[in-house]
Amino acid sequence: MTVTAQPPAAEVGAARRRKEDARLITGQTMWTENIVLPGMLHLAILRSPLGHARITHIDTAPALREPNVVAAFSGRDVADVQGSLPCAWPVTADLVMPAHPPLAVDEVCHTGEAVAAVVARDRASAVDALTAIEVDYEPLPVVLDMEEALADGAALVHSDQATNKAYTWVFDSAEAGTGAAVGEAAAGAEVVIRRRYRQQRLIPAFMEPRSVVADATGDQVTLWSATQIPHVLRFLLAVGTGTPEHRVRVVAPDVGGGFGGKLQVTPEEIITYLASKRAGRPVKYTETRSDSLLSAHHGRDMIQDVELSARRDGTVLGLSVRLTANMGAYLGLVGPGVPILGAFMYNAIYKFPAYRFECTGVFTNTTFTDAYRGAGRPEATYAIERVMDELAVEVGLDPLEVRRRNWIRHEEFPFTTVAGLTYDSGNYEAATDRAKQLLGYDELRREQETRRASGDPVQLGIGVSTYTEMCGLAPSRVLGSLRYGAGGWESASIRVLPTGKVEVVTGSSPHGQGHETAWSQIVADQLGVAFEDVEVLHGDTRTAYKGMDTYGSRSLAVGGFALVNACKKVIDKAKPVAAHLLECDVSDVEFTDGAFRVRGTPDGGRSLADCALAVFAAHDLPEGVEPTLDADDVYDPVNFSFPHGTHLCAVEVDTETGKVSIRAYVAVDDVGRVVNPMIVEGQVHGGVAQGVAQALFEEAVYDADGNLLTGTFVDYTPPSSADLPDIVSDRTETPAPDHPLGTKGVGEAGTIASTPAVVNAVVDALRPYGVDDVPMPCTPERVWQAIRNGGGRS
Amino acid sequence: MTRIQLHVDGVRYDDDVEPRTLLVHHLRDRIGKVGTVVGCDTSNCGACTVLLDGVSVKSCSVLAAQADGKAVTTIEGLAGPGGQLHPVQRAFHERHALQCGFCTPGMIMASVSLLADNPDPSDAEIREGLEGNLCRCTGYQNIVRAVHDAAASLADGTGAAHPQVPAQAVPEQREVAV
Repeated sequence: MTVTAQPPAAEVGAARRRKEDARLITGQTMWTENIVLPGMLHLAILRSPLGHARITHIDTAPALREPNVVAAFSGRDVADVQGSLPCAWPVTADLVMPAHPPLAVDEVCHTGEAVAAVVARDRASAVDALTAIEVDYEPLPVVLDMEEALADGAALVHSDQATNKAYTWVFDSAEAGTGAAVGEAAAGAEVVIRRRYRQQRLIPAFMEPRSVVADATGDQVTLWSATQIPHVLRFLLAVGTGTPEHRVRVVAPDVGGGFGGKLQVTPEEIITYLASKRAGRPVKYTETRSDSLLSAHHGRDMIQDVELSARRDGTVLGLSVRLTANMGAYLGLVGPGVPILGAFMYNAIYKFPAYRFECTGVFTNTTFTDAYRGAGRPEATYAIERVMDELAVEVGLDPLEVRRRNWIRHEEFPFTTVAGLTYDSGNYEAATDRAKQLLGYDELRREQETRRASGDPVQLGIGVSTYTEMCGLAPSRVLGSLRYGAGGWESASIRVLPTGKVEVVTGSSPHGQGHETAWSQIVADQLGVAFEDVEVLHGDTRTAYKGMDTYGSRSLAVGGFALVNACKKVIDKAKPVAAHLLECDVSDVEFTDGAFRVRGTPDGGRSLADCALAVFAAHDLPEGVEPTLDADDVYDPVNFSFPHGTHLCAVEVDTETGKVSIRAYVAVDDVGRVVNPMIVEGQVHGGVAQGVAQALFEEAVYDADGNLLTGTFVDYTPPSSADLPDIVSDRTETPAPDHPLGTKGVGEAGTIASTPAVVNAVVDALRPYGVDDVPMPCTPERVWQAIRNGGGRS
Repeated sequence: MTRIQLHVDGVRYDDDVEPRTLLVHHLRDRIGKVGTVVGCDTSNCGACTVLLDGVSVKSCSVLAAQADGKAVTTIEGLAGPGGQLHPVQRAFHERHALQCGFCTPGMIMASVSLLADNPDPSDAEIREGLEGNLCRCTGYQNIVRAVHDAAASLADGTGAAHPQVPAQAVPEQREVAV
């Protein structure tokens, strides 16, 4: 085929409709729960009804007498083979790490902890037979409150541990050499703001309940799981159970959302694997929603004590953060590291001369916590953006003005912060100007004044959040220095088929993000092939054998880098082949506008497909040319990327009922260059929705005995369509200087930005009532109480 | 066991079912209609929504035996002969009204039913009408847009979604074969 000089339209930057949709809108999807294997059995799990207890007696034999039951076992039956669930992030050398058996053996430490399993011919029989299992519990004291847990003489969360403290981790800018000592900075301060904020416990609540199918019947163990991390799971399943890694295959089929909630090696995955081994048959387990809310890992749950010192003109001098983070009963896969991800973000976009951060991880008799969308960064952003508003009030400045006086100006990038990170690029001025314009900020401020003056029972509040975050997890050297157990690289493989079609294998593992579409767009541009001619493969360790999976807004920032590198290698491999076809010297071949051409000769080029067919035949390749165009790349990032943006929220608060209504919401995000603006906008919409949910609706609540009171969607109240507003989203574009596509990452931005924007708006509305905080979620009752406690109109 | 007969997506199925069997489990486990999914156990999420004699129901809230003699339409039976997408399916695709897609079968079926009741709904009517279907990915905004588009194309009989995307949000329209 001869190609002409007509350049193909650029795919990157186009709002391509998603390839994924075809199966999802027609019900042709391969969810794990849809998998049926010959001879497959079904697993049901008996869970602890108590928050803390000793198991004094357990007998699963009666379950075996129930109809259709093939196997039943407790933790004691598998104690020697089940291992302990892994924590990959021991953040300190003296971290306390209690054993975490998939099935409890002698002691249960939170309600919902798995204690026994039944395997039966069908799901209903398995569930029915659970009632036949005999368990006697001797109740132990339940520890729920973090501060009580840390007090001298506190009851113990684990009776075999001497303490409820998991770790204390400290960053001090004076010790690190990245800034001054906070104490000295604060000594000269004219203003000191001290606040305590509570990050309530949340539940990721992905829509697809977790499901796992294990087939351990042959030499090869195959595990299908609704997971974000098939590669990490393969490695840890092998290490944890002693199964040789080359005999373990993990598949993440279509996965219905994660938000960090499926970034875990779960008890259920191990139990299902053990069940398949014991029964000698494939076994499936799918959780109910109630099981999921109770036992899948939770998120957030921190107490933040923040002290900010400043001058009267609003210039910040020092920031000190004491964080108390609830680990729950066990350490999750990356649980201890979640607050540490936030440690580098409390100073945010501001030029603090001094910073100190201290985090204490605490055990309680609750479901263990771990990553939830943003993982440490929403918490940090919330605290700093809330306290910057308090500073604005204290020094009598507009909240945007106090930020402007302290933020990194766009000409100052790259900028090394007091936390030691080097922010790559940004333009806070541009994003903020755009957001003000879209909201009509100045007009709304005038309306606010009018309403305040007239004593309107419905008050207007305007909330500000000028956030940044760190994406592209992560440079492996940084992870190593933070004691994380793995690297942060990502892989890509390109296979050029004889007909010129292209298979792309990515080590990232999407679960709603649209990789198949975005990766196709990138490859189409890089290789000069049609979008439709690219197939993106992922999530099966047999095909995508090398990967670090999807979380932390890393797929495009890291995996996209590897993808571009692999494409470049393909082009390099094709050049000698093209030279042969063009009958010219390889030094005269250039790849421009999607084709190989003789330099300076726009017509008469050869396509990648021509080269692919030539290496397939391989009849007369030049000496030394390998007959393939395939290429791999594994990329380890040199830095994080730092998206940022300005979110503005206007709320109306009915001071008589406490009801908060979002009147307008503007999100201006700068995520670098974008591959697909439609997908980026969708990520912002969904991210903002989850952040608003934390601000106004959601909280996981335990009663005094450790029972989860919010164990169904009736009680946990994730927002419906009727609860959320339309938002206005726009972008500014400051390219990532270190990335070949200039992209930064967008998966978590909306969630990180929106929570403080909403709560700042609620508090702003109520300033005249003496209110300077409303605990989240800002329900009508809490708003109403805050107004009553605020001392009325000032 | 109870003998029941269902017409599901145009095919007749005769089965013996336990009285306690939910319609959704019967559809998935016996009939093999796994396009319809289960997202909760308290009838809150709506992921299992199907049409029962043309009206949307949460199939986790109906016993299979109650559906005896009725016609069920699932997400798998919504497209026309030859696989031509229903206007609601097409609009969900065009408007990026899905991400992970787990809620999508129920959301689409609920939208079809909503538009049958109210062919020209307002934003607020769409949001109220879909209140029983939870989505964790999209923030619902593009779902509302998609239902508007589907309403327009159903009204003018084109069966095609109207491209009314703001230039800022979606700079370039391209077709993907689905």
